[in-house]
Amino acid sequence: MSQNHLFDLAEDVIRRALAEGATDAECTISEGDEFTANVRMREIEQVKEAGSRAAGLRILIGKKTGASYTSDLCADGIGQMVKSALELADITTEDPHAGLPEPEEFGSLDGDLALYCADVEGLETEVKIDQAQRAEAAALAADPRISNSEGASFDTHVGRHIFANSRGFAGEYRSSYCSLSAVPVARDGDSMERDYWYTMARGFAGLESPEDVGRIAAGRALRRLNAVKVETQKAPIVFEPRTARTLLDSIFQAVHGMSIYRHESFLAGKLGEKVASDELTIVDDGTIPGLFGTSPFDDEGVASRRTVVIDRGVLRSYLLNAYAARKLGMKTTGNASRGLTGNAGIGHGNFYIEQGVQTAEQIIASIPNGFYVTELLGFGVNIVTGDYSRGAAGLWIRNGELAFAVSEVTIAGNLKDMLLGLEVIGSDLEFQGSVAAPTLKIGEMTIGGK
Amino acid sequence: MQFAESAFATRFQITRRDLEGYLGEALSHGGDYADLYFEYLVTSSISIDESLVKSATQGVSMGVGVRVIAGERTGYAYSDDLSPEKIRKAARVAAHIAAGPSKVEQFDLNEGARHNLYPVVTAPTETAFGERVELVKRADRAARGFDARIFQVQAVYADNLRHVLVATSDGVLSLDRQPLARLSVSALARQNDGIPQRGHAGGGGRVELDFFLKEKTPEHFALEAAREAVTMLDAVDAPAGEMTVVLGPGWPGILLHEAVGHGLEADFNRKGVSAFSGRIGQKVASELCTVIDDGTLSGRRGSLNVDDEGHATRRNVLIENGVLRGYLLDKLSSTLLGGESTGSGRRESYAHIPMPRMTNTFMLAGESEPEDIIRSVPKGLYCANFGGGQVDITSGNFVFSASESYWIEDGKLTRPVRNATLIGNGPEALKYVSMVGNDLRLDEGIGVCGKEGQSVPVGVGIPTIKIDQMTVGGTG
Repeated sequence: MSQNHLFDLAEDVIRRALAEGATDAECTISEGDEFTANVRMREIEQVKEAGSRAAGLRILIGKKTGASYTSDLCADGIGQMVKSALELADITTEDPHAGLPEPEEFGSLDGDLALYCADVEGLETEVKIDQAQRAEAAALAADPRISNSEGASFDTHVGRHIFANSRGFAGEYRSSYCSLSAVPVARDGDSMERDYWYTMARGFAGLESPEDVGRIAAGRALRRLNAVKVETQKAPIVFEPRTARTLLDSIFQAVHGMSIYRHESFLAGKLGEKVASDELTIVDDGTIPGLFGTSPFDDEGVASRRTVVIDRGVLRSYLLNAYAARKLGMKTTGNASRGLTGNAGIGHGNFYIEQGVQTAEQIIASIPNGFYVTELLGFGVNIVTGDYSRGAAGLWIRNGELAFAVSEVTIAGNLKDMLLGLEVIGSDLEFQGSVAAPTLKIGEMTIGGK
Repeated sequence: MQFAESAFATRFQITRRDLEGYLGEALSHGGDYADLYFEYLVTSSISIDESLVKSATQGVSMGVGVRVIAGERTGYAYSDDLSPEKIRKAARVAAHIAAGPSKVEQFDLNEGARHNLYPVVTAPTETAFGERVELVKRADRAARGFDARIFQVQAVYADNLRHVLVATSDGVLSLDRQPLARLSVSALARQNDGIPQRGHAGGGGRVELDFFLKEKTPEHFALEAAREAVTMLDAVDAPAGEMTVVLGPGWPGILLHEAVGHGLEADFNRKGVSAFSGRIGQKVASELCTVIDDGTLSGRRGSLNVDDEGHATRRNVLIENGVLRGYLLDKLSSTLLGGESTGSGRRESYAHIPMPRMTNTFMLAGESEPEDIIRSVPKGLYCANFGGGQVDITSGNFVFSASESYWIEDGKLTRPVRNATLIGNGPEALKYVSMVGNDLRLDEGIGVCGKEGQSVPVGVGIPTIKIDQMTVGGTG
């Protein structure tokens, strides 16, 4: 289907919904082409290639809502989608806060946000497979103890996103990405460990070299070998950037507007209060060209923006869509997010911690006895209470140096104390994906071990 | 159901001859095997929040996936358009990717034997929305009515009806109609202006809507969620360190799913990257432990008449009296390892390549009375309910989080405990099982298992068991 055709389809869906009784309507159409090549032990293992397309509709009849979607874009399929949404509005309850954003809130960022790179679509299959093979080969060549591999893969995706509503907003953008990852397995006697590394970018030219990806992944798997379980104790914790990022995922859940109005976040009601150490500034920015959390408008047609969430330890803003904003008597922060349909949820743009001045090496060198966490397992984070307890693996810090590998332990605390106990923010902020954090040091947490 | 009566034949006018033609196209560049997976999926969900039904959604997704296998190489392509030219194009793409020297000359499609595990006349998805919306309204009322300290309730009812058709170059032609429904309730309790606590419950299966009216009502799940939330108001912080742990029956069977189940999926073992690789015949658990993966339980969430490669599901013994007996195999791993598929090939949708997965995973009952198990523990932790879990299959380390647990002191359950994560190592943890209860219970039907980006519904179950040594990760 041509580009204009899909745009016309979105507007047609809205017209039909209004004609059949909706008082407002929002239509999302998304289409994309995906490619994946997996290589294992130097041989091609899987290649997958396909394109897909689907449409979603949300309608309001007064203050009642109905929603539907379909991948069946023939006339019957579309007709059924419109009919379903209208029928469903009948069983929902009047919600005084339901509705589209305020008219003056619609908008879209101008200029090229560099979300689409043409070099992705032209890539030959052979080149993509070669990237994966080179990454895995580099991992296997790194050390004799890298004797096995779960493989390496090269993925690309090129897509188009269209959003239109009955208040006259209509927007679209194209996007692309490619990524390369390797998962080597290291073995030494009875000890077997795997780890991974990856690189992702909007365009092929933005990727790290396959050799770097393989070598880094191998180094990470090797340093986990012969891990021991340490004694149960309290000690300083250093999160490397990859694990530090997961703390940001939890903070995002805690400043999520829906969690706030339901009082199911430990940060609810804390605006303007000091919730973290002075070192900590957290920003959500959906406007940075080329990054993965960037878009011209959110999933309600509100322009993306930069929001300071925590400013030097003080909670400054929640992240909101139109609904949560109305519930809280605030303004949307342009963070509406949804799949094809349904009421908008809340998502983040590029959500990151502003970097500090110390390098990871300097942070580690300052610690006589502590735990450098490189891997977290499980889901033991409770946003309601802030209780935090997860499985962890990494390296033990002794006299300022990484001394030996540790696994099968837990780290526990409460997010409230962890945020206030953030002592040092590293200088190594780097975006691989839309959530990014530098190395972080927390003064003390409980390690559960022997 | 016969092929001629299926939605694929009636609505999309697909014939047996068409299927053979597409398979021929898929194998036109060589290859050992090809299959087609057609899917037509209708999903609905209704949710209540703050006593308002704020959302109701219905959707349709359909498509076909074409797979070609040549040696260890898999080519895959899919289309969300079921027109003949689009299906042929997908078949050509898959064929090109997995071109191979061998040729499959002929295939004769036959509808094989299959179970009838969910003889649902009217699927929940096919009932009136008006009936289904009552379930979340009832759950909301019941949870709020349980205790004045309950101040937030959310309930989500979701169902789907999946029609699948699998045709393979081995001659398999399988059809299935797979209904699935689930009701989940989450409640928050608060005492005065204290810290709120959450409780959660839910369940369902491959059932008719009547299940929620007669067997497991909205009130059943709502009261369970509210009770857990209120109980946790008095909870103390979890301890840290190694101790005796007793798991209650039912959902705590997620321990088996994480500790052994994933590690026994044949893809990891074929590649030698699982902590269980090469250990068949070895002792990996105490002799009290027999662990089964069974896709043939009637009406259960993890059950399937046929797996997503068209094979009838089975009851597979993974561990027998502590000895590792077998892996879970799909088509590709059974071909490469020798032996036959254990009916464990599953995929999230037509857009996904199948791989070995669990169905309903549980431990057989032992002989101990649950009360005797608790009475035997001078000091330890009793875990009644869990959130999620995760495993690193290579090191074998797994964790799971207890959402409701209690101190055991002098053989009695005393104070409730919050924030307890348990961590262990798969091939080691079950060696410390010293008592197994006679009270095997399966979970209520809420599990979702994620692997390599694909989610599928699963079940778990376990009797009360005592593990002499396990690391608990709290702060106390």
